[in-house]
Amino acid sequence: MKMTGAQALIKSLEMQDVEVIFGLPGGAILPAYDPILDSPIRHILVRHEQGAGHAAEGYAQVTGRPGVAMVTSGPGATNIVTPLANAAMDSVPLVVISGQVATTSIGTDAFQECAITGVTRGITKHNWLVTDPAELPRTIAAAFHVATTGRPGPVLVDVPKDVSNASMEWYWPSSLEELDLPGYHPQTAGDPELVGKAAQLILEAERPVIYAGGGILKAHASAALRELAERTGIPVVTTLMARGAFPDSHPLCLGMPGMHGNYTAVTAMQRSDLLIALGSRFDDRVTGKLSAFAPGARVIHVDIDPAELGKVRHADVAIAGDCRIVIEDLISALGRSGIGPVGSMASPGSPAASRPSQEPWMRQIRDFQERFPLTYDRDATGALKPQYVVETLRDMSPEDTIVVSGVGQHQMWASQYWRFDHPYTWVNSGGLGTMGFAVPAALGAKVGRPDKTVWAIDGDGCFQMTAQELVTASAERIPVKVAILNNAYLGMVRQWQEMFYEERYSEVYLSPDLPDYVKWAEAMGCVGLRVESPEEVAPAIDKANSIDDRPVVIDFRTDAFEKVYPMVPAGASNDDIVVGPSAGEGGR
Amino acid sequence: MTVASVAVGTDRLADRHHILSVLVENKAGVLARVASLFSQRGYNIFSLAVAPTDDERFSRITIVVDVESVPLEQITKQLDKLVNVVAITELAPEESTERELLLATLGVGAAERGQVIQLVGIFGGQIVDVGADHMTVMLAGAPGKVDDFEELVRPYGITELQRTGRVALPRIERRGPRVGVSAR
Ligand SMILES: Cc1ncc(C[n+]2csc(CCOP(=O)(O)OP(=O)(O)O)c2C)c(N)n1
Ligand SMILES: [Mg+2]
Repeated sequence: MKMTGAQALIKSLEMQDVEVIFGLPGGAILPAYDPILDSPIRHILVRHEQGAGHAAEGYAQVTGRPGVAMVTSGPGATNIVTPLANAAMDSVPLVVISGQVATTSIGTDAFQECAITGVTRGITKHNWLVTDPAELPRTIAAAFHVATTGRPGPVLVDVPKDVSNASMEWYWPSSLEELDLPGYHPQTAGDPELVGKAAQLILEAERPVIYAGGGILKAHASAALRELAERTGIPVVTTLMARGAFPDSHPLCLGMPGMHGNYTAVTAMQRSDLLIALGSRFDDRVTGKLSAFAPGARVIHVDIDPAELGKVRHADVAIAGDCRIVIEDLISALGRSGIGPVGSMASPGSPAASRPSQEPWMRQIRDFQERFPLTYDRDATGALKPQYVVETLRDMSPEDTIVVSGVGQHQMWASQYWRFDHPYTWVNSGGLGTMGFAVPAALGAKVGRPDKTVWAIDGDGCFQMTAQELVTASAERIPVKVAILNNAYLGMVRQWQEMFYEERYSEVYLSPDLPDYVKWAEAMGCVGLRVESPEEVAPAIDKANSIDDRPVVIDFRTDAFEKVYPMVPAGASNDDIVVGPSAGEGGR
Repeated sequence: MTVASVAVGTDRLADRHHILSVLVENKAGVLARVASLFSQRGYNIFSLAVAPTDDERFSRITIVVDVESVPLEQITKQLDKLVNVVAITELAPEESTERELLLATLGVGAAERGQVIQLVGIFGGQIVDVGADHMTVMLAGAPGKVDDFEELVRPYGITELQRTGRVALPRIERRGPRVGVSAR
């Protein structure tokens, strides 16, 4: 069957079961927008291409399916650079289709020409410039394959206008060989011998901690992780990217480690004699000063990306493989050593029978938890505490609510004070720390899971970066909810200036009422609400939760001076964690 | 990819230099991907040579990497993540045959010409161009030999000099290449 390159492009997306494209048209991508009119694929017209990228990421993070965005050449393509970098850092499967000037014009500084494959080389898993319409189906199939397999990540396919307009004979690649990827072979199964060694280390450990990262979610390994933790009785920390991968309300869950992690999660890792890193990458925000990080711990490291193994911290046992497969193998290996299902006893004489008791370790952990719980000044008079807003929102929302956040203090409070009991209910920008992520990502998440309540917990600074996507949400009837923790500041930066620059505040003040967030929300077709005191919090949330036909924005005027605690100052050892003025033992 | 090669730096082979023979897909932009990976991650390239192989689908990039702060293993693993990289072999100097080519134009007139011709003869090089007061010489050989030759012709006055950077293949009579990372 003959068709144009553009028709083949859209048909290829249909073959990949794409249900939604987030995009915005322009000259070079015009040919591809025509067949969209006849396609069952839903197109959501964003107001800025950055919004398209983050929406596609939000969609991908809650559905586990690749997110798709389509943009024009030049400025359209450069506007989506930030989401590509964001998706690369957080291993989000994202497929971006960009228009390009005609092949005959490439290299001439043509109107809206930008060599986007060059620009995005370092922030995509791979990218392609398609110069032959016959290559389109193969390239799209390869792009989805690369984005979704191995360590997931963003890809970009750049399609020149003459390639879209040219005629080609339709085909669809029927095998992986046809994708022509001779250098791409992600390894999913772990080496059984190494899995055996890992089991051995677990049997010897007195103070083990499972350090679960975002890879658990990517590998759909939450159930396997829970099984492993419960069978072995090993406590679990969940990184910023792994919140929800292991239920917060589980007795073995220690919560979030890192710069703003809770005392128990941070200190348990520091004192541990065995870190079992599963789909995590020893990010500097987790380790603090590397040379002082968990000094007495041996390390088991499991990751689908071999380059993560040994990159930051030497691993005593390094296993390249898919987290779910390797954890299941590990459970089997432990079973052979006598660690069976929960409730079963280690048979006498089995290696498990001589395993050190985990009792003293768990007692120490309970002691940390009792002495240093997460707290804030609940009795403060007058000022509306951001933590109180998060707690109330949590308590008044359905338990599987999807929470999406921006970047800053509000992000840390959301991660700390929400209770994540389900995987894929927390969406945020971890590795890149992209302000402005929340609104578009929430929109994408709601498109992916229309059955769920989606709350964005955003900062006033972040909100101003991408708020225009609420116009998209209104126009497309995507009823997301946004809680702005409006502290009138670029709060996280303000906190650093207060703590590390002698309260010399430089360019961090925003104003609580410029813009007027309620009027802005209304102008964008949303319901806008304002909350200025603790008593108004619950009624406003109640009202917001009752609205399901349009987006809602609540402007929470929160205490501008509140700081995020605990905190490990940048470059300091995790041993020097500061728990804060209102926390246990005088706030050491 | 077209045939291209650059030689960066002229230090003698130091211990921290390693030769990676990288088989890549013969596609547009592959050299740029490899080069930008190195700069993005702060790895140093000492020299780099690239040319097609006997199989037109693939090219071979011979990279001499300067391993100062990053372990070689991390470099090969990151290289292996490039979708267009098909296989990576580390060639240990004692287990590989390395060659490099040098072209030099020397400012020699009739008086010194005989001496230079003799030197080129001893090294097994060639005279490739001669003018009234210049001559261009060529030498292909093991990098150390090329270094020595360069030193010896330097006093005659080098007008222009170009080296290709190393290319290498595993030695036949030994065990064969040490495999760093290789994609199947
Ligand atoms: C695009 C971008 N620019 C700058 C920063 C640096 N930065 C990190 S947090 C922050 C402040 C965020 O302010 P706001 O959204 O109001 O959140 P708050 O910290 O007040 O909760 C800034 C400027 C960033 N992360 N992203
Ligand atoms: Mg703020």
